[in-house]
Amino acid sequence: MPIDIDIAHVARLARLALDSDELERYRTQLGVILEHAARVQEIDTAGVEPTSHPLGFTNAFRSDEVAPSLDRDEVLAAAPDARDGYFVVPPALDQR
Amino acid sequence: MSHADLTILEAGAKLRAGELTSVQLVEDVLERAALTEAELHCYLHIDHGGARATAVAADRELRDGFDRGPLHGIPVAVKDNFCTRGIPTTCSSQILAGYRPPYDATAVARLRDAGAVLVGKTNLDEFAMGSSTENSAFGPSRNPWDPERVPGGSSGGSAAAVAVGSALGGFGSDTGGSIRQPASLTGVVGVKPTYGLVSRYGLVAFASSLDQIGPLARTVGDAVVLLSAVAGHDPSDATSYRGEVPDFGSELTLGVEGVRIGIVREFSGEGYEPAVAAAVADMVARLEEEGAKATELSLPTMALSLSAYYLIAPAECSANLARFDGVRYGLRVEGETVEEMMGRTRAEGFGPEVTRRILLGTYALSAGYYDAFYGQAQKVRTLVLEDFARAYSQVDVLVTPTSPTTAFRLGAKTQDPLSMYLSDVCTIPSNLAGHPAVSVPVGLDDSGLPIGFQVMAPALGEATMFRVAAEVERLAGFTSRPGLVAA
Amino acid sequence: MSWESVIGIETHVELSTQSKMFCGCAVGFGAEPNTSVCPVCLGLPGALPVPNERAIESIALIGLALNCEVARNSVFHRKNYFYADLPKNYQISQYDLPVCKDGWLEIEANGERRRVRIERAHMEEDTGKSIHTGEGGRIHTAGSTLLDFNRSGVPLVEVVSRPDLPDARTARAYAQQLRDLVGELGVSDARMEEGSIRFDANVSVRPEGQDALGTKVEIKNMNSFRSLEAAIDFEIARQIGVIEAGGELIQETRHWDEEAGVTQGMRTKEGSSDYRYFAEPDLVPLAIGPEQVAALRTSLPETPSQRHDRYVGMGLSSQAASVMSASEPAMRRLFEGAVEARAPAAAAASWVSGEVTALLRRTERSLESSGISSEGLAALVAMVDSGQVSSSAAKEVLAAMQPGDQDPQALAERLDLLQISDSSALAAQVAEVVAANADARERYRAGETKVLGFLVGQVMKATGGKADPAVVSRLLVEQLS
Ligand SMILES: [Mg+2]
Ligand SMILES: [Zn+2]
Repeated sequence: MPIDIDIAHVARLARLALDSDELERYRTQLGVILEHAARVQEIDTAGVEPTSHPLGFTNAFRSDEVAPSLDRDEVLAAAPDARDGYFVVPPALDQR
Repeated sequence: MSHADLTILEAGAKLRAGELTSVQLVEDVLERAALTEAELHCYLHIDHGGARATAVAADRELRDGFDRGPLHGIPVAVKDNFCTRGIPTTCSSQILAGYRPPYDATAVARLRDAGAVLVGKTNLDEFAMGSSTENSAFGPSRNPWDPERVPGGSSGGSAAAVAVGSALGGFGSDTGGSIRQPASLTGVVGVKPTYGLVSRYGLVAFASSLDQIGPLARTVGDAVVLLSAVAGHDPSDATSYRGEVPDFGSELTLGVEGVRIGIVREFSGEGYEPAVAAAVADMVARLEEEGAKATELSLPTMALSLSAYYLIAPAECSANLARFDGVRYGLRVEGETVEEMMGRTRAEGFGPEVTRRILLGTYALSAGYYDAFYGQAQKVRTLVLEDFARAYSQVDVLVTPTSPTTAFRLGAKTQDPLSMYLSDVCTIPSNLAGHPAVSVPVGLDDSGLPIGFQVMAPALGEATMFRVAAEVERLAGFTSRPGLVAA
Repeated sequence: MSWESVIGIETHVELSTQSKMFCGCAVGFGAEPNTSVCPVCLGLPGALPVPNERAIESIALIGLALNCEVARNSVFHRKNYFYADLPKNYQISQYDLPVCKDGWLEIEANGERRRVRIERAHMEEDTGKSIHTGEGGRIHTAGSTLLDFNRSGVPLVEVVSRPDLPDARTARAYAQQLRDLVGELGVSDARMEEGSIRFDANVSVRPEGQDALGTKVEIKNMNSFRSLEAAIDFEIARQIGVIEAGGELIQETRHWDEEAGVTQGMRTKEGSSDYRYFAEPDLVPLAIGPEQVAALRTSLPETPSQRHDRYVGMGLSSQAASVMSASEPAMRRLFEGAVEARAPAAAAASWVSGEVTALLRRTERSLESSGISSEGLAALVAMVDSGQVSSSAAKEVLAAMQPGDQDPQALAERLDLLQISDSSALAAQVAEVVAANADARERYRAGETKVLGFLVGQVMKATGGKADPAVVSRLLVEQLS
């Protein structure tokens, strides 16, 4: 059963600026993969709990203690753009 | 003979006997890399200076009577998705080209504490997504047994480096078979431990509930040494196992007398190369001769594992890789707005396989599709766990081929993502269950390509898994070396 | 047509832990930008979150104070959306299994008590801060955004009320009393000006009597209780205006513009939002067991409404109890201590809320530096009661109290403020005044009783104001009849 994919919407959610050729190519490929993946729907899972993790334990915590932070110069040196101790990015759409 | 061809245990004995220094060992390994890298491209970055300096320090410590244990002075390679402080860590992606992390992964820190010499960072499929190491933004790695063929993936660089001797041991990450499948294709031992045994802190995440760090080695004994150095609770990883770490090597010499071995019926038939199937069947027969009790079992949900995996792993990856946005590190492609900048950065920075999986995962989680895809895949995961539980009530370990085929040619599967995904069909179930599994080389096919034999065990069943693996290794007597070294 | 408004409040409470929610970076207000950051809160590749145990205790405490069910099984989820100040481009939050759910907060609003149901309280992490800079003075340069990640990863508790608030004043009262509660619990600074507690309002209107809710609009960016009230009032009026003009409301998020006094729609986001929540695979579930809940419950302070009821039980009117239970802790301790020292509750409360408060404000002193103690106050109340001092003289005694010198008896003597209320001591003076004012005496006997006041005044004058007027009055009546 072919699967309907609004690939432009999916790419927008994933913040991937793809052109229309790329979108079309990915839509086709995803269709093939999803058709295979859709086999998970063939098995009866009524009453089956989902597993999101193979681990069986709970409550992994740390105590509320301060640990050293990173050196700011080292942190900002990795940034594509930085100024006055801040990371700098272009304005947001709703800020323009 | 170059010292690069020693096993870790052999080299360690020579180091302690004063017959070898870590500096000599590292020089031999660097020389091997110099001879083979142009053809194989195992490494993305070789840290010549750092490796030599560590070797000098290791020799001094040993002279002073300070012995850090079996990895002291041993050159090892780590996959380039392990964070290494000040050393480039790219995950084979343009989006991280030139990135140097400000911290070491826990596994890397433990290797340093164990006295290991970090040779460099090995090639991988971008963000560990792939089964051939062809999806690297910096060019593919090649198989030392036949450079026209892939070394498998995604830890193909580490596997090939260990196989060819440009490291004595290596580390990779295994999300759906990424250690075991390249181990199989390059004729080395590859281990995926129980989920949580090795800290994931500092391993650049692909799919958090499946990712696990593990070793690649030339022998089972070496693999045990490497794994022991990095395993154990880490307070920086909330999913890290909190109990006592099992003694992985405690059963290595026990043989298989009385061990119950399950043969999984679902991992045979169409798609399995006859040479692979025959090698596995032959090894099972030999294990039986040694006193193991073999039973054929059916685990019906194995067939659905691949489908579930290709929903769960992309879903997690779609969130894990969202942080690569051009804001704080890595590539930025400029734009008028921050939204445009992020969209362009990600579209240009990620290669096609990563983009495909991000889209797949985003779709599987999105409103209206979650229940049918991601939610359903999680339920299948439950059924896979139940299937394993039933099997392990009857047998101690399960055995399968590691991969349905031996190494394939470069480009053979790049145009067909699904056929590439199918090469992980035998390895994926252990990741879904969080169980340990190991691939051991058992022979060569007619083209002289290695065949891997997989031993799977229940959670924390490493000791028994290695017990069987050691016997498989002994029975196979696999001592062949890749043509590139042998020549 | 007449309309009714329906309001729900979403509150974000920044917890005042030492370290952040998932890493060891210090939580602090006003540090230099990007100095309290690490691989985890910057979303560096490979970093993993580990939850702060204290934060989990804090949310459980908030949940218990809000009469919520504290879940035995609770799960973190990833909430996926791209925003420059959200380092991982997902927020670790909670979805269908929050730590706390189904509670209520009893509030006092417009002289009435009401229960506001709490839908849930969940644990999450804060984002960094964006500072939007201007055009930079150049044509075609669009300005830029500066990012500071010090706040990134600070633990946040989001408390979601049900739409139980009928108007802006009640919503404000809810917000203030919730603020007071978390402050009292000691889990947050709860300062609105510093953003350590933030309120968003969901506002809708519907024709009176209609069951179905109208279109919901979320309003944000209110940074005082006054602006919260004003923004809701504005939004209600705006919505009614739109509908009455035949327009249609859209479900949206609007920003409160403090200067203009209006709510404004935000530019619609690219496409619709779809957070793709899924269980956070880097974390394991939380399991807060019954023993832990019981232990936390014992450390729970009294809520203002529980305190109100306790004060009523001590003998205060509901009105006085409300005032006293909303007072500062030091004033409440003074009051409760005075009652323990046998002062009648009503009198003690009236002194504490009245003259003591006024005196401290007037003299800009704190209670500790004033020297006013519970015992001193109780003794003073007793002296007024027994007529030893007049109430105006008692105020002078109170003002004269100093640390180490707060015995009202001694002070009243020293200040010569003791009243003469001994009948035998006053009888002679009363007799003298009656004799000297024969005219007044006759008029009184003829039935003109109002001259009694004049006669009392004469006695007071003769005693230099120290006579107890009540005793004087009684003696006069006796002698005149
Ligand atoms: Mg929130
Ligand atoms: Zn931090």
